[in-house]
Amino acid sequence: MTSADGQRNGPGAVAITALAGAVLVFLIAPVAIIVMVSLSGADYLSFPPPHLSLRWYQRFLGTPSWRQAIWVSTQVAGLTMLFATALGLLTSLALVRGRFRAKGAIYALLLSPMIVPTIITAIALYFFFVRLKATGSIVAMALGHTVLALPVVIIIMAATLQGFDIRLEHAALSLGASRLTALRRITLPLVLPGLLSAALFAFLTSFDELLIPLFLSGVEVQTLTVRIWNSLVLEVDPTIAAVSSFLIGVTTVVLGASALLRGRGDTTTT
Amino acid sequence: MKETVEGREARRYLSALAPALVVLAALFVYPLLGIVHRSVYKGGYTLDLYRQIFRVPVYLQVLLATFKVSALVTLVCLVLGYPLAYVLATRRPRTAQLLMIIVVLPFFTSIIVRTYAWMVLLGRNGIVNQYLMMLGLTSTPMALLYNQAGVIIGMSYVLLPYMVLTVYSVMRGIDPGLVRAAHSLGASRLQAFRRVFLPLSLPGIAGGTLLVFILSLGFFITPALMGGPGDVMIAMLIEREVEITLNWSFASALAVVLLALTLLGFAGYNRLLRLDRVFEGRG
Repeated sequence: MTSADGQRNGPGAVAITALAGAVLVFLIAPVAIIVMVSLSGADYLSFPPPHLSLRWYQRFLGTPSWRQAIWVSTQVAGLTMLFATALGLLTSLALVRGRFRAKGAIYALLLSPMIVPTIITAIALYFFFVRLKATGSIVAMALGHTVLALPVVIIIMAATLQGFDIRLEHAALSLGASRLTALRRITLPLVLPGLLSAALFAFLTSFDELLIPLFLSGVEVQTLTVRIWNSLVLEVDPTIAAVSSFLIGVTTVVLGASALLRGRGDTTTT
Repeated sequence: MKETVEGREARRYLSALAPALVVLAALFVYPLLGIVHRSVYKGGYTLDLYRQIFRVPVYLQVLLATFKVSALVTLVCLVLGYPLAYVLATRRPRTAQLLMIIVVLPFFTSIIVRTYAWMVLLGRNGIVNQYLMMLGLTSTPMALLYNQAGVIIGMSYVLLPYMVLTVYSVMRGIDPGLVRAAHSLGASRLQAFRRVFLPLSLPGIAGGTLLVFILSLGFFITPALMGGPGDVMIAMLIEREVEITLNWSFASALAVVLLALTLLGFAGYNRLLRLDRVFEGRG
């Protein structure tokens, strides 16, 4: 125990900081390396790339099936965003403001799609939609993703609404505004940053997800993730590095936008 | 008078809950019940399929392998995640927030993208092997992919942010004054950590461990792409029964077993921590 001398920068503190730094490198390196590798002009995946080029991006965006996949993913994610945000807003209003029994149990039920392994949800929905002869449909995939995105929206919106001062709405009501007007003119503008951020995360949840479309998509209607899966099972094609970087880019945009929105939300609610 | 207004108010909000509950009932609860039904009904009610899972050695092996891989992944995540969470929680909030981006960016990147990244790194002619050979650490490429090592590296990478965020959310709630008080009473850094900070962070350790373990049990994408023929986990078996063997009833029974294990674990988790708190703490 002699090493524990109670000093600020003892060897233990240095070691733990170094370890944490190494873990941070471990977390970011694969993402960073894929982006760099995707810019390589070489025929194989080498790091660092011998020379830079956009050839894999040309291959990605120049292939009709990849472009088609981007479009399918965008449609599925867009619909998911609409469904999940609308449902999630109503639900979180009820959860934050309503007073009723079994609230805890209802909340747990609403969040449970986050916990149930997605493979189970995916096959359950597959069996369900096969019977309705609705596999291969974009709406079916979006409905499946709505189940997964709903908890995300609820968590973000519940936190946003908890930070909202309900007296502002009461003031509008006491000044003669109808309930709908108060909601539309006072509450919604103030919680809008949180709502937009929730919508973005709902979009991302769907855009990134593989398992639901893996079971529900048809031969012609494939999302980006399913298309990646199908090519990975065969071989490690460098085009996937460009596709992956594209997805990493989408994630970065969503995180950045939501950080900006959050910053703005903070200044209006406090 | 006031009571009834409030009563009406509460009911109004209750009806706002209805759409989501209907959607969830139709697209989540009902399909899951369908799976449960399919697993026990074949012309009549029977538990044969469950007997099969627990009697046939191959299936038992898959269950055991699933537990083993999940335990190892959880251990790796704890060993790597705890120190990082500790350093983040003891830095100034501004610094911690910036560093948190590095945890959160992979967390929100598609699992298939993260898995692909490790396939590129660990493959036979992958980047790790290129460097190992360049540095002369190995003369022939090491087998890092399509085996259990690959699965554990890939899954630990994907699940590490869950551990970090869970432990961090608990550590953030620990009053730094308590550690300072221990110091002022003569405790060394190590003693203050071991006797004060560590015990207070235990709910985080327990919660993170349980969360990563539960999520590991049901993992599909990473083991399916990074594992070898011998690294079948229960989720992969379920997929195979659906897509290849076309034995939907057996797939359902496997899914029910996995679901039961998951819910059991989650019930434990719920006693320790609230899931939404963890996700709110994310960047």
